[in-house]
Amino acid sequence: MKKREPISTGSEWTFELIQKYDSEIARVAEHYGLDTYPNQIEVITSEQMMDAYASVGMPLNYNHWSFGKQFVSTEQQYKRGQMGLAYEIVINSNPCISYLMEENTMTMQALVIAHACYGHNSFFKGNYLFRTWTDASAIIDYLLFAKNYINKCEERHGVDAVEQVLDACHALMNYGVNRYQRPQPITTEEEKVRQVEREEYIQRHLNQLWNTIPKKEEEEQNKTPRFPPDPEENLLYFIEKNAPLLESWQREIIRIVRKIAQYYYPQRQTQVMNEGWACFWHYTLLHHLHDEGLVTDGFIMEFLHSHTSVIYQPPFDAPYFNGINPYALGYGMMQDIRRICEHPTDEDRLWFPDIAGSDWNETLHHAMRNYKDESFILQYLSPHMIRELRLFTITDNSALSTMQVGAIHDDAGYQKVREDLAASYNIGNREPNIQIYNVDVRGDRSLTLRHFMHNQQPMGESTDEVLKHLHLLWGFDVHLESVSPDGEIVDTNHCPPILQTEEPA
Amino acid sequence: MSYIIDRRLNAKKKSTVNRQRFLRRYKKHIKRAVEDAVNNRSIRDIDQGGEVSIPNKDISEPIFHHGNGGIRQRVFPGNKEFITGDEIKRPEGGGGGGGAGQGQASNQGEGEDDFTFQINQEEFLNFMFEDLELPYMIKKQLRDATSFEVRRAGFTSVGSPDKLNVVRSLRAANARRIALSGKERRKIRELKKEILTLEQRLPDVEAEQQIVALNEEIKVLNKRIKRMPFIDEFDLKYNNLIRTPVPSSKAVMFCVMDVSGSMTQSIKDIAKRFFILLYLFLTRSYKHIEVVFVRHHTHAKEVDEEEFFYSRETGGTIVSSALNLSADIIRDRYPAGDWNIYVAQASDGDNWDGDSHICRDVLEKQILPLVQYFAYVEITTGPHQNLWLEYEQIREKFEETFAMQTIVEPSDIYPVFRKLFEKKE
Repeated sequence: MKKREPISTGSEWTFELIQKYDSEIARVAEHYGLDTYPNQIEVITSEQMMDAYASVGMPLNYNHWSFGKQFVSTEQQYKRGQMGLAYEIVINSNPCISYLMEENTMTMQALVIAHACYGHNSFFKGNYLFRTWTDASAIIDYLLFAKNYINKCEERHGVDAVEQVLDACHALMNYGVNRYQRPQPITTEEEKVRQVEREEYIQRHLNQLWNTIPKKEEEEQNKTPRFPPDPEENLLYFIEKNAPLLESWQREIIRIVRKIAQYYYPQRQTQVMNEGWACFWHYTLLHHLHDEGLVTDGFIMEFLHSHTSVIYQPPFDAPYFNGINPYALGYGMMQDIRRICEHPTDEDRLWFPDIAGSDWNETLHHAMRNYKDESFILQYLSPHMIRELRLFTITDNSALSTMQVGAIHDDAGYQKVREDLAASYNIGNREPNIQIYNVDVRGDRSLTLRHFMHNQQPMGESTDEVLKHLHLLWGFDVHLESVSPDGEIVDTNHCPPILQTEEPA
Repeated sequence: MSYIIDRRLNAKKKSTVNRQRFLRRYKKHIKRAVEDAVNNRSIRDIDQGGEVSIPNKDISEPIFHHGNGGIRQRVFPGNKEFITGDEIKRPEGGGGGGGAGQGQASNQGEGEDDFTFQINQEEFLNFMFEDLELPYMIKKQLRDATSFEVRRAGFTSVGSPDKLNVVRSLRAANARRIALSGKERRKIRELKKEILTLEQRLPDVEAEQQIVALNEEIKVLNKRIKRMPFIDEFDLKYNNLIRTPVPSSKAVMFCVMDVSGSMTQSIKDIAKRFFILLYLFLTRSYKHIEVVFVRHHTHAKEVDEEEFFYSRETGGTIVSSALNLSADIIRDRYPAGDWNIYVAQASDGDNWDGDSHICRDVLEKQILPLVQYFAYVEITTGPHQNLWLEYEQIREKFEETFAMQTIVEPSDIYPVFRKLFEKKE
């Protein structure tokens, strides 16, 4: 191929150069069939980057002290040199907003453009979870609505009252998600109209539920049905709709937190894939430019330097080991899939008969669209990859005095390592499975939650604190029962705490 | 197609509100940290910003998570020597840093660090002096205002050329032209309408002639409008500036310290800290502040800051010498009408026996009627002596302007200071 003039040779960036790199990268990305939202690239200072950090990466968000805490600690660490700032932040919106820091060199800016504007962006647009759960075109509007609404509440009801509700909602945020129902996209205008309707509707319906006029005797005699009839996993949703004492603005705040939690839900489930996909594409796109002679050897060296440090996986006994690096795992698996497609070994043919030798780009796109971390690992983690990372499984049973090595990277262990690793990315295993089980509608209105135990793991020590928040929202007693798989109640937490008058037998 | 936007000039401090919320919520902790800092720092950097630590357990946001116990399967990278079935001792302190996928690190065992962050000088002082006030500051305000401030107050139609407001003047000119040409323009509109109707009769010789005549008339009218002056003396508008009296914001602070032989270095150190606090507090309330340092043993002397805080002298004690000197200085240099006067006196309570009632006399007659506030701190571990007893009598008489407190050890300084200046209903 004829060598062409490189786009730039120095390390300083200019807006013209960013534009040029972007259009070249866009051309190559199209060549590989990456389908993206339009890009909006914003150059910001490090201070603005810290601001963005503090509001969980969002260009705007409502005010809350926890964001201030986040900001204060980021600022502190950054100023002391304990941490560098991320090179980029990218927002799942349409157009897709990515931030470039002004301190970056030209190479870094190009890397970020390839990584965020084409890698993450195409993932947001293609992956089924994002397609199902988030609406990229409405999120910015919704955040604006939320910010204004909460501002208004603060003016009307005082900062403290609003803060109290928000604190409680944040504690339950991970339980404000519908896992199986698809929300329909909605615009701000509709949102406003509906908000008013909702207020009226709920207040009217509550009265039905809490109606104290006694029903017919015989109905009482039948065994009282539970309310809700089926356990409810979305705690915030249940409270928003059923808590007896909340005012309508409090319900709306719960709803806002719930919506935002829902928006983040896919990101929590696709970290490995999302980062792996973005790393794979910045690597592939920039090397393509290098092959065409559009970037210099110096550029590619600098790029590889930061690329390799991002995807480095320290071994478990290294002092700075901090779990499995999602970049390393994701990138490794993406490259591995390409290898299996292009140069399959006999082992690969045995393990992956359907993809060995197929078109790599199509296979990768298929994986990107239809999987989340858990299923992606379960489907695609190859023995080759397990050997490369030297993965092994540890079983830690608190009933025994030692931990057992369950499986290692050998023929007998591949399957188990793969299953265990996949399971560790299953949110259902990571977080306690807690659902709303019953409300004592005719009695003291107490709310009973059930924790369906997984592997006999008990609740952590902050449980009582969370229950206090829940109690604040619900307004009446709250009970949490930890239930073992055979239906036996193993442990309970209460708020307000129940005073033990006599020793249990 | 990508859009590239330079956001660097956008508002920076987006997190300010959140940061304030955070500080507000943890006020109690921050105040405690500030108090410690005030008591432990060297005099020179007492007003710097500072580090605040809050125990992590107070600040963490609780969520539901798994506790220790039960069965966990974890996958780790980098195996070197393990084979299936190996048994390993459980590492101390909660396992090897949490396995893959443990969303939150365990907040048990080690790693119970405090949450530490920096507050700047401004915030530090805010917390330091929160809820404190300078007593009776209002009295001085406006009473004998001697200084004025020039303020804008709308517009006038007379003034000197340097105060001409161009925009207002042109707006007035435009309005005048519209107003005065109304009749002509209405006429022109009517004529034009007439031309329009005539044009429908074309071709017609008579109509044509009429159109020509009407056009001529329009031309005349237009000329008349044009003759209207573009700008007239009448249009000119001037910025109006008025002088408003401003309350005196000048303050003088007298630091009176005993440096006699009985004052040990540690007692002097406590006194200095107290004065520094007072000085910082006053600088926040007044734009312009002067400080007069008076030190005394048997004689009083006005000295500069350096000498006041850092040089040593010994001798007997006659407190009235310092009070007399202060009274003289007030009379000569700081007329009470212009100045807010504060006096702070620190001593160990020692005084020559025959002198204490003279002190009372000087205070009651010459000083207290002129000053805003007189604060006396006695730094002593022993029983109170006659000076304190005399002062107690003054306190009964001058409840509003006279205050006294005892400091026993350095940690009392800040609380005593707060007591002296706490907000009174």
